[in-house]
Amino acid sequence: MEKTNTLHIKTPEGITFALPLAGPVARFLAWVIDFACISVIMMVINMGVQITQIVSSDFAQAAVIISYFLVSTGYGILCEWAYQGQTIGKRLMSVRVMDIQGLRLQFSQIVIRNLLRFIDSLPVCYLVGGLSCLLSPKSQRLGDLAANTIVTREPKIPRPDLEQILPHKYNSLRDHPHLVARLRQRTSPHEANIALQALLRRNELDPICRVELFSQIAAHFKKIIPFPQEVIDGITEEQFVRNVVDALVQALGTSKKSI
Amino acid sequence: MIIDLERFIDEEKRYWTELESILDKLDRDPFRKMNLSEIKRLHYLYQRTSSDLARVMGFSTETEIRRYLESLVGHAYAEVHELREKPHRFSPLHWFFQVFPQTFRQHLRAFVLALAITAFGFAIGGIAVSIDREAKSVILPFSHLQMDPSKRVAYEEETGAAKDRLQGKKATFSAFLMTHNTRVSLFTFAMGFTWGIGTVILLFYNGIILGATALDFVHAGESTFLLGWLLPHGAVEIPAIVLAGQAGLILAGALIGWGRRVSFKKRLRTVAPELVTLLFGLAIMLIWAGIVEAFFSQYHEPVIPYYAKIIFGALELTALVLFLGLSGTSKEKLRGKD
Repeated sequence: MEKTNTLHIKTPEGITFALPLAGPVARFLAWVIDFACISVIMMVINMGVQITQIVSSDFAQAAVIISYFLVSTGYGILCEWAYQGQTIGKRLMSVRVMDIQGLRLQFSQIVIRNLLRFIDSLPVCYLVGGLSCLLSPKSQRLGDLAANTIVTREPKIPRPDLEQILPHKYNSLRDHPHLVARLRQRTSPHEANIALQALLRRNELDPICRVELFSQIAAHFKKIIPFPQEVIDGITEEQFVRNVVDALVQALGTSKKSI
Repeated sequence: MIIDLERFIDEEKRYWTELESILDKLDRDPFRKMNLSEIKRLHYLYQRTSSDLARVMGFSTETEIRRYLESLVGHAYAEVHELREKPHRFSPLHWFFQVFPQTFRQHLRAFVLALAITAFGFAIGGIAVSIDREAKSVILPFSHLQMDPSKRVAYEEETGAAKDRLQGKKATFSAFLMTHNTRVSLFTFAMGFTWGIGTVILLFYNGIILGATALDFVHAGESTFLLGWLLPHGAVEIPAIVLAGQAGLILAGALIGWGRRVSFKKRLRTVAPELVTLLFGLAIMLIWAGIVEAFFSQYHEPVIPYYAKIIFGALELTALVLFLGLSGTSKEKLRGKD
């Protein structure tokens, strides 16, 4: 099986949705944060136990031993159960444990993936788990393989600064809504992204390259939808691309905010 | 094809919001049970949102909406297509007296195999010490077991009578035993992922230590001390470690498959809840064993007569056998009749 960074799940309704998989680095950093959290919890418990030491040092010592075992073993289980597959570290790193088939995460899956850490952490610093994560097609450590779980990324996609590139000026393309609709339909996400990125980075380009680049992009979009000549006349190639991006993206600006 | 995207979003977003709020409610209360009309509504909203996702997928600039709908559909998919039983309110007594022993019996073959491996190790350890007294120094890793058994017994009885060696340390010692044994047991289980090889090695090695220690004391004529020392906590502790081996072998069995025409994922999915039951069960057993070992097993004659300790251990073992063998059988029979 080939290594992938996205897990595609096809529902019986014929819809496919994608879950981006978390890599070993994000997972390792999440683990470091969790380790720090466990240390802090243990420090707090130790401070609490110091008070009981006045009554019985034997009891205080026993409480520390049991607490450490419960916190180190149970932290991951409790957090992932309470926060639907997330610990504090995973939440901060925007990763989440999920069932491999996209189904609800079961308690038994959480327990098994956490208890298998005993093997994944061998011989030091999660070497077995890390290697398994690197080699397995779905970036699973042994605990994930046994529990049928995956760790997914939940990236926050920043919205492009449309105000910067699309000042609210008259857009001649908008006079032809049926053509704009067709443009949106025929343009692939990749093509739209190229146009958007070109506009966002336009000031970084050499002037000659800038003219050349925008003329190529404009020619491409003109080929996709042949707009009437009066719409294109009198505007530069760069302005045409701005109008295209405006038609593709800006129309959603108001409606998206309320979702 | 969507001609007017803004209108499409305006029309559909109320369904997305409604689906999102239902899913949020289900997340907040996993025990919540929906009535038929609520289930129908959830299904309708899921299908409608799925269809919206399919329509949005063709669009170039709808990355945000597509991702939003993908996460919504993915979340709803988990609720709609989940066939496994929803978590019900946990009843500790029902779990302990019904589920745990039933699960144990369900996988009796794995337990017998784990027991056989331990017994084999016991025999090898015993034979090794019997034919070569020096083998003890190689086999037994603990310094207190290296001592001559008769000297050890004399020392334990003398010092035990003079003062309580564990005075002010009992709780600490008990906590150490509980956590250490549970950790070893969990490791024995986890090694099942090495196709059972690790589990077999650990069970076998545990058997060797037990056998070598036992025969060492038997040859020295200290069988009564041995029984009085080991039985009170060992009657529960040793079966708990064999149970960990049982769980490890079940995991290994699911991993290997043994010619079963079921996928790897499905095999592991099936045994996962049973493994968790066995692990929590054995952890409880080890808590009990830790308390007994620290507060009872370490006291010998003249403080506690050996016969009292042996009777206590024998009663524990009988109770454990009866519990694992019979508890929850009536419910099993009823289920069988159904």
